[in-house]
Amino acid sequence: MKIIIIDDEPLARMVVGEYLQSHAGLEVVAECSDGFQGVKAIMQHKPDLIFLDIQMPKINGFEMLELLDTIPSVIFATAFDEYAIKAFESNAVDYLLKPFSKERFDSAIEKYKSKSVTPVSSEKNIQGLLENTAKQPDDKNRIVVKNGSDIRIVPVQDVMYIEAYDDYVKLFTKDTYYLKKKTMSYYEQVLDSETFFRTHRSYIINLQELTKIEPLEKNTYIAILKNGKKIPLSRTGYTKLKEMLGV
Amino acid sequence: MHSHLKSSLPYSKLQILLLYLGWWAFWSFTQACVLHRLGLSWNVSVIDALVSNSLLGVFAFITIAIFYYYQPGTTNRAYRFIFALGITIFYCVLLRFVLSYVITSDESYSNFLMNSMPVRFIISFLVLCFVTLLNWMWSILKEQKEQEQRRNTAEQLVKDAELAKLRQQLQPHFLFNSLNSISALAGTKPNEARKMIQQLSDFLRGTLKKDEQECVPLREELDHLKLYLEIEKVRFGHRLNVEINFDETILDAPIPPLLLQPIVENAIKFGLYDTIDEITISVSSYLKEGLLHIQVKNPFDSETQLANQGTGFGLSSIQRRLFLLYARNDLMLIEKKENQFITTLRIPPVR
Repeated sequence: MKIIIIDDEPLARMVVGEYLQSHAGLEVVAECSDGFQGVKAIMQHKPDLIFLDIQMPKINGFEMLELLDTIPSVIFATAFDEYAIKAFESNAVDYLLKPFSKERFDSAIEKYKSKSVTPVSSEKNIQGLLENTAKQPDDKNRIVVKNGSDIRIVPVQDVMYIEAYDDYVKLFTKDTYYLKKKTMSYYEQVLDSETFFRTHRSYIINLQELTKIEPLEKNTYIAILKNGKKIPLSRTGYTKLKEMLGV
Repeated sequence: MHSHLKSSLPYSKLQILLLYLGWWAFWSFTQACVLHRLGLSWNVSVIDALVSNSLLGVFAFITIAIFYYYQPGTTNRAYRFIFALGITIFYCVLLRFVLSYVITSDESYSNFLMNSMPVRFIISFLVLCFVTLLNWMWSILKEQKEQEQRRNTAEQLVKDAELAKLRQQLQPHFLFNSLNSISALAGTKPNEARKMIQQLSDFLRGTLKKDEQECVPLREELDHLKLYLEIEKVRFGHRLNVEINFDETILDAPIPPLLLQPIVENAIKFGLYDTIDEITISVSSYLKEGLLHIQVKNPFDSETQLANQGTGFGLSSIQRRLFLLYARNDLMLIEKKENQFITTLRIPPVR
């Protein structure tokens, strides 16, 4: 079985490697010190299992997982992260709290091997986990997106508006848009409610970009952004927006 | 009349009493002289002056006593003067009655009294207004003093809380990751593991024992920082370079404890935790313009970090602390130059 270890601290990777030596048939195919390398290595090696740290430079462990098309089984290894641990527990994903003992490590491997009995980290669990880690402070400030093979970190204030698109959302910036497999309610919850406002079932706008509210017909209104884009306003959206802007 | 002045005023009770009596005597004397020049006999002049000034004194006392128990709010300032006007009218009526009752020897006096009433009214009104004004100023002064005292207490509390927070800010992340590194080293390099346990213990001890009121020599703070940076070096291996430059002569300069630590932690957070490349963090210290300068430089990625962190970089609490310690807002400078984030602390000499 192929294994990849992703952690920004060399000694932390070393412990995992050392503990793995006693497990026959588990082979470490790559070690990565950040999420970018992680994505590349996972796409290249298609591992069965990865050991993943949460706090890493540039993009954190969760953001890295979001960039993958197929997510391998994951055992998280983290030092201290209240939000993440809560999310792990509610999604039955196995996680190791650093520093961990050999026994604890072995039991995580056992759990993974007997997946059929206790699912360690099926894709479904991971998806649930990713939705559940909404409170990660990083998500408030940046959105990590993949554009072809490029990974881009988009500061949230560059997002002009968000539009629902089937199972995805489209994040519009000045020049382009990015697709992201998330829900509207996820972003409504995560983004700063002072800046981002849900005008409609399918739209969230950046209030910095709002320039005008115009009547369309009787009792219906549209919001107009600085670049001229017209965004539908639902009736409740209109009332709330007026209240927020204090008019 | 001075009973309400309390000890918050810069004069003692006796001084105020003397001042008041002196004032009373001066006014009485002046008034007696004026009345004599206007043609009244000395006898009548003196009685008139003493009676009217004593009565005025009593009324001034009543005014102050009333304001002592009842302070109108700032909203109705005019009220005080309307009140003074009422008291004055009352005083004049009473004065006229008392004087015409006391002085009966002089035939022309009652005429004179009648004619002089407007002047007496104006003078007594001015005096009572003055007393009211003085009383008002005293009450404002007192309130300001109390407010200042409250503010001082509040600031002291904030200061204590902030320091307590700083002390507790021993980041759990740092601690657990360091323990994890020790665990890694224990298997293959037990000697290094032991050394790191030593360093971590010294670092923790240093953080716990610090008395935030006492300044410590710069040397101690630098040693503490070195320990911290050494530990991070073990964790991140070749990726972290540390440069520490300082002038030997200033190592004994006293500085407030726990000021440098958060700045270096910040430099590590943005310079090391959130970058992928090899980085250098440099700490230098020197004297300039009579102030002890301590400069911390770390690289940062302007693209991903500026947008996120704004300008604060979590350093506002240091700024606040420097303000609490030195009442100056210009002691921390932050510069961003070519992907270098430079924080400079300027510590004034101990008072």
